[in-house]
Amino acid sequence: MPVEQQGDTRIWRRRDRKAAWQHFGVTLAVAALVVFCAKIISDQTTWEFVGSAPMQGADLAMRMWPPQLGYIAELWGPVVDTIHIATLGTILGVMIASPLAFLAANNTTPSKVFVRPVALALLVTSRSVNSIIWALMLVVIFGPGMLSGIIAIALRSVGFCGKLLYEAIEEIDAHTVEAVSSTGASRLQVLTFGVIPQIAPAFAGISVYRWDINIREATVLGLVGAGGIGMALQGAIDTLAWSRVSVIFLVILATVVLSEWVSAKARAAVI
Amino acid sequence: MLTLKGLHKRYPDGFVALPSVDLEVPTGQLVALIGPSGAGKSTLIRCINRLVEPTSGSVKLGEQELTTLSRGELRRARRRIAMIFQDYALVDRLTVMENVLSGRLGYVSFWQSWMRRFPQADVDRAFELLETVGLKGLHDRRADALSGGQRQRVGIARALMQQPELLLVDEPTASLDPRTARQVMQLLGDLCKAHNLTAIINIHDVPLARAYTDRIVGLQAGNVVFDGKPQELTDAVLPEIYGGEDWNKDAESDQAAAPAEDDGVAA
Amino acid sequence: MSTAPPTTPPTAGAPRRWRRPPHIANPRTRWALYIGASLYLLWALSSVEVDVGRLFEGMTRARTFFAAALSPDFFTRWSDIRAGILESLTMTVVATVAGIALSVPLGLGAARNLASRPVYLVCRAILAGTRAFHEIILAIMLVAMFGFGPFAGVVTLVVSTIGFLGKLIAEDIEAIQWNAVEAVESAGASWLQRVVYAVLPQIMPRFIGLSLYRLDINFRESAVIGIVGAGGIGATLTTAFDRYEFEAVSAILILIITTVFIAEYIAGAIRRKVL
Ligand SMILES: Nc1ncnc2c1ncn2[C@@H]1O[C@H](COP(=O)(O)OP(=O)(O)O)[C@@H](O)[C@H]1O
Ligand SMILES: [Mg+2]
Repeated sequence: MPVEQQGDTRIWRRRDRKAAWQHFGVTLAVAALVVFCAKIISDQTTWEFVGSAPMQGADLAMRMWPPQLGYIAELWGPVVDTIHIATLGTILGVMIASPLAFLAANNTTPSKVFVRPVALALLVTSRSVNSIIWALMLVVIFGPGMLSGIIAIALRSVGFCGKLLYEAIEEIDAHTVEAVSSTGASRLQVLTFGVIPQIAPAFAGISVYRWDINIREATVLGLVGAGGIGMALQGAIDTLAWSRVSVIFLVILATVVLSEWVSAKARAAVI
Repeated sequence: MLTLKGLHKRYPDGFVALPSVDLEVPTGQLVALIGPSGAGKSTLIRCINRLVEPTSGSVKLGEQELTTLSRGELRRARRRIAMIFQDYALVDRLTVMENVLSGRLGYVSFWQSWMRRFPQADVDRAFELLETVGLKGLHDRRADALSGGQRQRVGIARALMQQPELLLVDEPTASLDPRTARQVMQLLGDLCKAHNLTAIINIHDVPLARAYTDRIVGLQAGNVVFDGKPQELTDAVLPEIYGGEDWNKDAESDQAAAPAEDDGVAA
Repeated sequence: MSTAPPTTPPTAGAPRRWRRPPHIANPRTRWALYIGASLYLLWALSSVEVDVGRLFEGMTRARTFFAAALSPDFFTRWSDIRAGILESLTMTVVATVAGIALSVPLGLGAARNLASRPVYLVCRAILAGTRAFHEIILAIMLVAMFGFGPFAGVVTLVVSTIGFLGKLIAEDIEAIQWNAVEAVESAGASWLQRVVYAVLPQIMPRFIGLSLYRLDINFRESAVIGIVGAGGIGATLTTAFDRYEFEAVSAILILIITTVFIAEYIAGAIRRKVL
């Protein structure tokens, strides 16, 4: 980033006194906003509860300890389900995101006026709604279970992967694309020979990255009934079985660490 | 025979890069298009295969008018026109062979290109061309693992793969060292002669243009200000093309300083 | 350089075949990978139980759902929705600012090229700890500790902001051009001066971008942690779901999406101005 040498402070101070006052004003406004917001939060908080939080925490920790390790045996199924949800959801999401990305990218969209805004709006919608909220809705439609989880993961991944992917497409080398189209290649051929090879590493990297995130997401989808280990967590919390909750936490932690390791390896392999 | 008549290009921001260019290039002629940076050389040759859409005027290759072609017709016409780029414009992550074969994309179906099942005749030809340009045995190398000179040779092979009638070359040597630049120009010249190709080469480097082409066209601010044989391009006319009175002084001091005057000019 | 016309027949007798070299050179590894991936996919797909009867029932529900989505009702529950959105926004502002304030020192400490070894290890451990659990799980624990309401939500968002920003700041610092730091150092600058004059300016544009991005994420997250009682629009949303008031659900979702859309637009404008 070549701009950095300039330095941010200099950019703000480069102008005359007016700019300095503006800066001061903005800072003051932001500070006032933060104080105002903090006040609202504080008004809605029962401070006695907050004061007793350390005690509550200690109490909770005591009930969690020792973890009921024998319970692990019952968690294999849910863990495997969780991984399946993440993987299938990622695959489905990437499959939907790829064509959308081509429609959304400046340099590959068939129409900047009609198609591109629609594709962008779909991507934003997908991204704005968290996978848990997607899952809430899907459980209503498909009923509780993995299917809802998979589709929820997919719907959320579309926006994430689609955005990163179309940005990658917009960054490709335009001369290479020109070279391929100047041989008389068709639109599709230009895509496969000129564009796709250039974005292939980004594509793989984005998919693996999202898969890693999705493992994390999939561990909690069960809280709203969309399958995986979150279902077990919900059950344990509802029955106040804290010594099981701590086991579930440990298993989730292990799964997340493992997935991080796998995705790091996979990303190193594709790049 | 390539004929440009009243070729006019005005960019969307209102800048007129080419006021009105008339040019005739007979079949088999190798033309150097010289001129300072921003003179409109790239614009001119890109208007021919319509990577840049001409605003008005006519471009004829043989009997065919190119400016009025529909998308599909343009694709077919582009098969007859090959292009070579300054920055090579190879697809980095594809192999040398895939890059060379991409010159046949206009002739094979989408499915064939997707599966990389090109006709055996194309594959044979690609192997021969790789040998011709001096890249024998490198067909499975990835394009980003080549040196600049080697990459430009792949670019040349890809262009010839099209079996074009017309070759458009945009500053083929600007990214190369002087020695490699000479080799590439020599190769281009030889290949054009061998295949009786019509070619337009944009080039900054006046001595190289003099040495390897049949005819030199000088462009300044989109206007043709010189058109003649290489030997007619004397140092006296150079200021006309490149503007600025200090050209002579620079050129003299260059010549005085170094016999290989092409070394430093690539800009 | 040979200039033999390329139309001569191939030198060798037999035609030379060409096939694209496979991505994975070793055929055994390649096939093992293909077969393994296919088997895994079959396994995963077969473990998805699809209850056709339930699905059928779901279709009628889906119809009411989509009908509701197309006719959002902002008014019936307007006061709840308004309060929820405002609470989410205030939580977002406070949590983002507090999170940024805490993540900068942690990020500096977690940069290998800047911090001493023990500081580095401690900061990295803290960052890893804050990233270990999903926001929802954090929120569950914090609600259990602090009680229901936005305070637990703010703490949740602060913790996850630290995990996100701290790690990225550390990585950015590790990637800066070191010669600028050396130049300042050779002028006799102290550690803090080096940070202020040579490090922060280099990471500032991306830092601002990331902070704005996190603001956006925090708002979206605030809609989720409300599901487990940590305040914000998420609480309103779950209530609406529980009462099958899909028109209100639709209204809330539209408001969330619009807010994110506006936030993204503003963030883009700020980024363009600042960078
Ligand atoms: N896309 C464009 N929009 C506006 N002006 C352009 C564009 N491309 C080129 N130009 C202008 O047209 C003129 C000719 O450019 P170009 O053909 O690239 O020159 P050359 O190749 O001779 O260096 C330059 O002044 C350049 O700034
Ligand atoms: Mg040019």
